[in-house]
Amino acid sequence: MGRFSALRLLYEGLTGNRGWTPHWRDAAPQPAYDIIVIGGGGHGLATAYQLAATYGQTRVALLEKGWIGGGNVGRNTTIVRANYLLPSNQGFYALSLRLWERMEQDLNYNVMMSQRGVLNLCHSDAQRDAAIRRGNAVRLSGADAVYLDAGALKKDWPFLDYDNARFPIRGGLLQPRAGTARHDAVAWGYARAASDRGVDIIQNCEVTGFDIRGGKVFGVETTRGHIAAGKVGVAVAGNTSRLMGMAGLRMPIESHVLQAFVTEGLKPVIPGVVTFGVGHFYISQSDKGGLVYGGDLDGYNSYAQRGNLPMVEHVAAAGVSLMPMIARARMLRSWGGIMDMTMDGSPIIDRTPVEGLYLNGGWCYGGFKATPGSGLVFAHLLATDTPHEVAKGFRLDRFARGHVIDETGHGPTPNLQ
Amino acid sequence: MSGAFRLSGGLVDRDHRLRFAFNGRQYEGLAGDTLASALLANGVRLVGRSFKYHRPRGIFSAGSEEPNALVTLGEGRAALPNTRATMVELTDGIAAFSQNHLGPLGFDPLAVTDLLAPFLGAGFYYKTFMWPKAFWERVYEPLIRKAAGLGRLPTDPDPRLYDKGHLHCDLLVVGAGPAGLAAARAAGAAGARVILADEGFRPGGRLLAERHEIDGMSGADWAAAQWQALAALPNVRLMPRATALGLYDHGIAGVLERIAPEARAVDKPAEIFWRVRARRIVLAAGATERPLVFPGNDRPGIMLAGAVQAFVNRWAVAPGRRVAILANHDGGEALAAELAGAGLDIAAVIDARGDPQVLGTKGRGGLRSLTLADGRRIACDALAVSGGWSPNLHLAVHRDGKPAWRDDIQAFVPGAALPDGLAVAGAAGGSFGLRDCLDEGTRAGQAAATACGFRPPGAPGFTTDNTQHPPAPFRELSPGQGRAWVDLQNDVTAKDIRLAHREGFRSVEHLKRYTTLGMATDQGKTGNLAALALMAQQTGRGIPETGTTRYRPPYVPVSLGALAGREGGRGFKPVRRTPLHDWSAARGASFVESGLWLRAEWFAQDGESGWRDSVDREVMAVRTAVGICDVSTLGKIDIQGRDAAAFVDFVYCNGFAKLPVGRVRYGLMLREDGIVMDDGTCARLGEHHYLMTTTTANAAPVFQHLEFVRQCLRPDLDVHLVPDTDSWAQIAVAGPKARALLTRLVDAPFDISNAGFPFMACAELTVCGGTKARLFRISFSGELGYELAVPAPFGSALAEAMTGAGADLGVTPYGVEALNVLRIEKGHVSGPELNGQTAPAHLGLRRMAAQGKDYIGRVLAGRTRVDGAETARLVGLLPCDRAQPLTAGAHLLEPGAPRTQAHDLGWISSVAFSPSLGHDIGLALLNDGAARIGTRLRAVDAMAGAEVEVEIVSPHFIDPEGARQRG
Amino acid sequence: MIIYHPLLGPRDSDEFTYLGDASLIDRPDGLAEDAAARFAEYVYMRDNPAGTHRELWFHAAGDQSWLVVTRNTATHEITHVELASDVARARRAGR
Repeated sequence: MGRFSALRLLYEGLTGNRGWTPHWRDAAPQPAYDIIVIGGGGHGLATAYQLAATYGQTRVALLEKGWIGGGNVGRNTTIVRANYLLPSNQGFYALSLRLWERMEQDLNYNVMMSQRGVLNLCHSDAQRDAAIRRGNAVRLSGADAVYLDAGALKKDWPFLDYDNARFPIRGGLLQPRAGTARHDAVAWGYARAASDRGVDIIQNCEVTGFDIRGGKVFGVETTRGHIAAGKVGVAVAGNTSRLMGMAGLRMPIESHVLQAFVTEGLKPVIPGVVTFGVGHFYISQSDKGGLVYGGDLDGYNSYAQRGNLPMVEHVAAAGVSLMPMIARARMLRSWGGIMDMTMDGSPIIDRTPVEGLYLNGGWCYGGFKATPGSGLVFAHLLATDTPHEVAKGFRLDRFARGHVIDETGHGPTPNLQ
Repeated sequence: MSGAFRLSGGLVDRDHRLRFAFNGRQYEGLAGDTLASALLANGVRLVGRSFKYHRPRGIFSAGSEEPNALVTLGEGRAALPNTRATMVELTDGIAAFSQNHLGPLGFDPLAVTDLLAPFLGAGFYYKTFMWPKAFWERVYEPLIRKAAGLGRLPTDPDPRLYDKGHLHCDLLVVGAGPAGLAAARAAGAAGARVILADEGFRPGGRLLAERHEIDGMSGADWAAAQWQALAALPNVRLMPRATALGLYDHGIAGVLERIAPEARAVDKPAEIFWRVRARRIVLAAGATERPLVFPGNDRPGIMLAGAVQAFVNRWAVAPGRRVAILANHDGGEALAAELAGAGLDIAAVIDARGDPQVLGTKGRGGLRSLTLADGRRIACDALAVSGGWSPNLHLAVHRDGKPAWRDDIQAFVPGAALPDGLAVAGAAGGSFGLRDCLDEGTRAGQAAATACGFRPPGAPGFTTDNTQHPPAPFRELSPGQGRAWVDLQNDVTAKDIRLAHREGFRSVEHLKRYTTLGMATDQGKTGNLAALALMAQQTGRGIPETGTTRYRPPYVPVSLGALAGREGGRGFKPVRRTPLHDWSAARGASFVESGLWLRAEWFAQDGESGWRDSVDREVMAVRTAVGICDVSTLGKIDIQGRDAAAFVDFVYCNGFAKLPVGRVRYGLMLREDGIVMDDGTCARLGEHHYLMTTTTANAAPVFQHLEFVRQCLRPDLDVHLVPDTDSWAQIAVAGPKARALLTRLVDAPFDISNAGFPFMACAELTVCGGTKARLFRISFSGELGYELAVPAPFGSALAEAMTGAGADLGVTPYGVEALNVLRIEKGHVSGPELNGQTAPAHLGLRRMAAQGKDYIGRVLAGRTRVDGAETARLVGLLPCDRAQPLTAGAHLLEPGAPRTQAHDLGWISSVAFSPSLGHDIGLALLNDGAARIGTRLRAVDAMAGAEVEVEIVSPHFIDPEGARQRG
Repeated sequence: MIIYHPLLGPRDSDEFTYLGDASLIDRPDGLAEDAAARFAEYVYMRDNPAGTHRELWFHAAGDQSWLVVTRNTATHEITHVELASDVARARRAGR
């Protein structure tokens, strides 16, 4: 397929751009593989890439019911961060952030990982104390975090309403290494790199059932026929319950809709990502100039990939309350994604009671930032049958065992997490 | 004249001249103009630069689909970037500025990107800028960001006011063109409550732009007559300048109304966002014309044929001196005749279906000529282009519907499965003949009225034409002969579509994302279909098989201000104030946010150098004399019924059934997963009557939880709940002289002695000479303590009575900061410890849980542990060097242990300077905490760069035996 | 969305808070032998269907009643609304 480089761009530009070829092979299914990964989103593609690149697997297929990158990896607000409180989460995300930092070089694809920082605002002493606790947990994990008071914030964020807002701003926890990335490019970059290494990326191939005999998986039934494999990894986000239901498994997951929004393009005005926890609002500015923002889940179970007006209006109100300048910005597009919300807000990467069937899911509304880490640890599990060091907490049976990774303290109420 | 290009006629008011400025130059327009028509009337052709290549661009359309003519309206704080000149109603004195260029509009150095276009095709940025690694954030990205974006957002607060509201109707008609007007007339005549919303400031839609006759009247006159007739109906609400943005579940539509310039005032909103609940909706939103794809098709002067028609007929403006027409249907000649009749010079009518094809265009700042494939060169300064029309079907498919392809009109129309209650009429459904539009509108209006229970009167047919010009299938003209634009704003060309195909981005979603097609502010309204057709040609599939991307709200961009309404700024959430708020303020209190509440944090006095002085004084007053504190914000839930005891016993983990009447007990409430939900006291006021208090933050969630238990889990119990927080003002009275103070307030013969009213007693009584009150002997501070509640209106008077009656006792108001210090000294848990991650065992409260009964959280309480804190236990901390400060949020590590996650033992939850002890104290959740008491650890706060050696002690710093509170 | 409250008629969903699957009405006996396993299932596991879903909504800005709403999670269409207390009583009667 040929490497991407400035020189190649120059050469192709001078010769009519005729030499470019598909970024990945649009493969047809073969009868059998060693490992099948279901789900052509970020996590599935990253897993397929890691299986080939790191774990030397050569007979790998990735099955996608539609077009790759069409699910949550293509409909998120592109935030990358590693500022979690609990050790099982933070250890994993710290690794994931390190993988983000070398993704362009690993994949030879510019995913525009832009480390312009993520700022979480505080509005009270109690929130400051909680932020300092979290900042220290982040530092102990090896990732970065600094606490800035309102005076220090005003330098880079002069347009926030510090004193006259309904919730005056006292300070914020900043992770300078956090930022955003070009979400679609992540999917395409992994697809290209995986395809280059021999993975069959099979689009328009929907899994309709599992071939399970005697408690062991032997393959999958698809809209393009039976495909055999000794190991099947599922990474289907909002459809996790549906897929696992085909294998007879009930999940600690609810599917919820999360909306996101982008404004018309504007000249650079917002330096990084800022989150307004009290108002349930976050915003950043894309390289094209659109203000990308969002808020909470709509709050009810949904598979519809679209939300309703109450949240559209609430999120806008929170944004205008935080930064009054954006009242005049116009929302250009809105969209919705289906989040696989677990009962403690943390993911599941584990074997299942069916031998050979593996699950990577429950990423809630935060799966994008996990993409490279998720791919690595899931590939590790699929290839070696043992959990990766940083993913040992993400067990499926942790709820039955009473070991929850409840980052927000909301308990088993996914719509509040 | 108002501009050299002004024609005669039109729907503008020649007696009403308006001054306006563009890029600092003064011009004149007429009432009825848009900014776009006024600019064209003055011969202004170049109005902006494209997004990527900074190509010179002119006005392209006459409506909200405009991709090119985006301007910044106004200056300074009032500046409104990315405003479509075609949608701006001209008013006197407005100033507009072009966007997205470095130098003057006519000479933009960033146009160098246009020369580099061969290297900057679709997705070029994915293939480069990767070396060296650190250069992305430092060099490449800042350059890209600077060049990208469109208008500049002022960083000052937006001075405009916005509002929103709800509307209800039987029928919402979207669009006041012929179909919409007919629908509104039919339903309105039947008596249905109708809302007619139209995007423009003058109703009529295409009737204003085209020349038709209806029942002997001109189209524009007919539209005005209908509008007038509708205005006379009391059951019809007319909303010009109102765009339906989206259709949501269960018939709810979002409608953005822009307030008319003449109605605007300083204290009036500029825009109103309406949530419209309609039983029926008729979508009559018309259609959008599509351009054709040919080399050099982006120059100023090239515009949609329908827009040319609108500028000439409605606004009496010639878009150029010499106009050429290029269309892929039979409408070209008719348009030529119409324009010639208006006095325009027709350069040529070119049939895009045949030969010779257009080979290219010339003209740097604006079109000067066309070149045809046969070598002919046609001098012209305007080109009207038509590739057929696409129905504005958006609202019909915002929910679940899929568009369907119609070959005869070469367009997508709403599919057969429409959302409940929605009908489509006229061009929005693909019917382009005027008589069809009118008939469909009438039928849809009648059907909607009938469905809502009305009997529509019969309606006569219309005498008018039914002309239609179905377009030929899409065809790119002179492919490969130069750059041909598909998406004007985002600079996506036909070459980019072919490149995307070559690189495997063949599904419509991939195509959009890879090329940015349709993602500009015009949302691809004009360009998307051509792109689909180009991709379909590449893949050999048809357009319907290629499919469309999903249609999502909003139909046109909407300001966040309008969506926020008055909920931006301080209106974001309501403010709750206690009954004692004004009293506290008069006493010098400063206030702190506590959820929605404002609570007094301390009461500063003259001579105090800072908040610590005030708090220390307040704490010592409680420890040595008596203090009073407003605790009205604590949640209060009144629980009554024959089974009240069984209910309370079921929702707390500790036993309550045997609590005697007249006694209070501390209660610990769990979630079903065994984690602590809330704590508080619960008083038994009668055999079947309990009064529960909750923490301030959890009042609403606890009430909801109790109602869940009552209605869903225990419908067998006879019990009722009333949320009672706001009914009572409650004041904590704490300190060794608390009883002495209260003795002066309670009415005889109430016995407040230690024997008569011991620790954890409660009673209903009167105070201050007959005021109904409730008294609880409870203590959060560890001192002799009471809480006295009176009906909310008496709160301030009671506080005043207390300070008056207790002046000699040293009665001192104290705020939540002192309250917090006092509870930390006593070792009571609060919000930081009850954070939704702690089970009773973590807090040292495991023994409280009752054994013999079932209760919420019983089964999982002993099992659930939150990650990383499996063995956490509440402990107290002291700095080994007592002069050192502690920080809440610091983590605890063994001496000498490396600063890593694996050595993290816990964290400091609460910290206070104890004036009683003279140094900082803290509470912490520490792994194996009970076993570590007496040991030393490091408290590490990397945020402040501080590390303090601490001693682990019992969390009870003051009076651990509890003698004071019982005394 | 609009929820047809059995007592109050059509109400905007904005007036409600949401809890989740109506199976939360079927709380196991906390004193039973197998309570641990049954509670882990009750508290944490969900059917999470893409289609008809019976779910609990609380009329927080209204009459404080809990409702069981039958709603399609794929289309958001609501087909049935009941008072949760009626449902709960019927379940207990059926035990």
